Amino acid sequence: MLGLGDFGVSAVFVLMILSTLLCVVYGAINWNKGGEATSLEIEEEKKWDAEEREIEESL
Amino acid sequence: MNVMLLSVIVIFYLAVIGYLAFLAYRQTKSTADYMVAGRNVHPYIMAISYGATFISTSAIVGFGGAASVFGMGILWLTFLNIFVGIFVAFVFLGKRTRVMGLNLNAHTFPEFLGNRFQSTFLQGVSGLMIFIAMPLYAAVVLMGGAQFIAEVLKIDYNAALFFFTIIIAVYVIMGGLKGVMYTDAFQGSLMFIGMALLLVFTYVKLGGVVGAHEKLTAMAPIAQKMFGAKGHTGWTSFPKFGSEYWLTLVTTIVLGVGIGVLAQPQLVVRFMTVRSNRELNRAVLVGGVFILMMTGVAFVVGALTNVYFYENPAFQKISLLAADKNVDNVIPLYISTAMPQWFTAIFMVTLLSAAMSTLSSQFHAMGTAIGRDVYEKWIGGKGSPVLITKTGILVAILLSYFLAWGLPVFFEGGTAIIARGTAIFFGLCAAAFLPMFVGALYSKKITKLAAMAGFWSGFGASFFWLFFMHLKESKSLLICKTLFGVDSLAFNSFWAFVDPLIIGLPIAIIVTLAVSRFGKKLPDDHIQLCFKEIK
Repeated sequence: MLGLGDFGVSAVFVLMILSTLLCVVYGAINWNKGGEATSLEIEEEKKWDAEEREIEESL
Repeated sequence: MNVMLLSVIVIFYLAVIGYLAFLAYRQTKSTADYMVAGRNVHPYIMAISYGATFISTSAIVGFGGAASVFGMGILWLTFLNIFVGIFVAFVFLGKRTRVMGLNLNAHTFPEFLGNRFQSTFLQGVSGLMIFIAMPLYAAVVLMGGAQFIAEVLKIDYNAALFFFTIIIAVYVIMGGLKGVMYTDAFQGSLMFIGMALLLVFTYVKLGGVVGAHEKLTAMAPIAQKMFGAKGHTGWTSFPKFGSEYWLTLVTTIVLGVGIGVLAQPQLVVRFMTVRSNRELNRAVLVGGVFILMMTGVAFVVGALTNVYFYENPAFQKISLLAADKNVDNVIPLYISTAMPQWFTAIFMVTLLSAAMSTLSSQFHAMGTAIGRDVYEKWIGGKGSPVLITKTGILVAILLSYFLAWGLPVFFEGGTAIIARGTAIFFGLCAAAFLPMFVGALYSKKITKLAAMAGFWSGFGASFFWLFFMHLKESKSLLICKTLFGVDSLAFNSFWAFVDPLIIGLPIAIIVTLAVSRFGKKLPDDHIQLCFKEIK
């Protein structure tokens, strides 16, 4: 296949493409999933906002 | 080479990088910004940054050169890079690492392990191992960049290495991870364009996709005549099962790097830099395509250089001989002789990007390992963590520089030093960290004692195998010869070519699982905290 020498190398050409397709399909299907923040992240974000404000005020 | 053209392109490139690093430097305000980029990074930036960190001059120059020796069988590594390094890493490890890292307030990989198993000692020794072993990996990345500059500009390798290291040092010391990630994304984009052009040029030059492959396949008798005794069967077929070439290709190059990627400190920290799992989902798409374009192209082109050099009247030799047995010079020599001058200049920038993006993350990982994990947490030292980290980075740069200077002298001609150096570090990380890292993410039963036992047994077994059994290193290191009067305790048997990873990783897995039955269990409330909101 494709002018290649043996099955071990021809097969990996196919596997390379298939695994890339797997990544593309997985990424596309789940593009908008998992966006929700955990409770800890929300808390941390608030803490950072407060810290940032403090830094800016002190500047 | 038109030095004027090259200088203009490189100076313009460095100016853009300098500007991006400066912007990020101004935005880096807190320790969290410096260590994990404020955990708030766009998915494209995260994915390309991960990819650009993963792929360095080591992959392009080092493994591309190795492909010119081992042939296209090395593409199994590309398959693992995509399937394991991107898909498995992001989907099965990345998401849990992100949430658990946040639950445990971890800023570095050793801190993640230390907090998970409630052991500052574990954090400290992990940091120390990274700081001691990673310069080998950074050194081979430096070598890849310097080798290319030396070949293109026709200057001495040591001079190229010196100036290249200075550019990297200035760049790395300037910004924290936030700076690293923005410039990484820019550099990753450049790498993508450079490699795409390289693939098209190569196939056009050598007679199309099938035509080029057929020419390489037809060269099999040459490979068999030269390396047939060691198991080589040709550049488009797999080496003979169980032969020296097969063992090196499969156990060191394909598995060493293909599995080792899962426990790379500078890559794991990337998972802790994104806002949500959505960013990781999106990064799988971008990362998969990026890695295919990087290693896939480098390996295919690396193998095909044999056709170019053999057909070229100026050489009429296979790549290894055209490059004077310097495996790491095959790709630089191919680019500088086969490609148009303007492309060589573009490729120089591509390689600078590949080296800078990986090195900056490596130095960042080494700096935080010594600054935060060893000095601040383990020893309990006081002082500014950012200052200590930067001092650590400087020491790491110096260590790596001296290694990059010494390695070409140390190994015998014909050795793929860059590829082997990378594989040694990846394998060592896998054996020492992978069992406890996966255990930390998926098991509530792994005890502190089991984590420590797995770490030491994996690390110890790999080290023993490297110094006393694996011929390629044990022979060059001379310790085995001094103590026992032989190059390897495995003599010339099958085992002398089996990579340390194949021994170290299974031992570490078995020990971690077996010892988990013993030792004090971690408190329930701690386990609950670790797995909070992990589905």
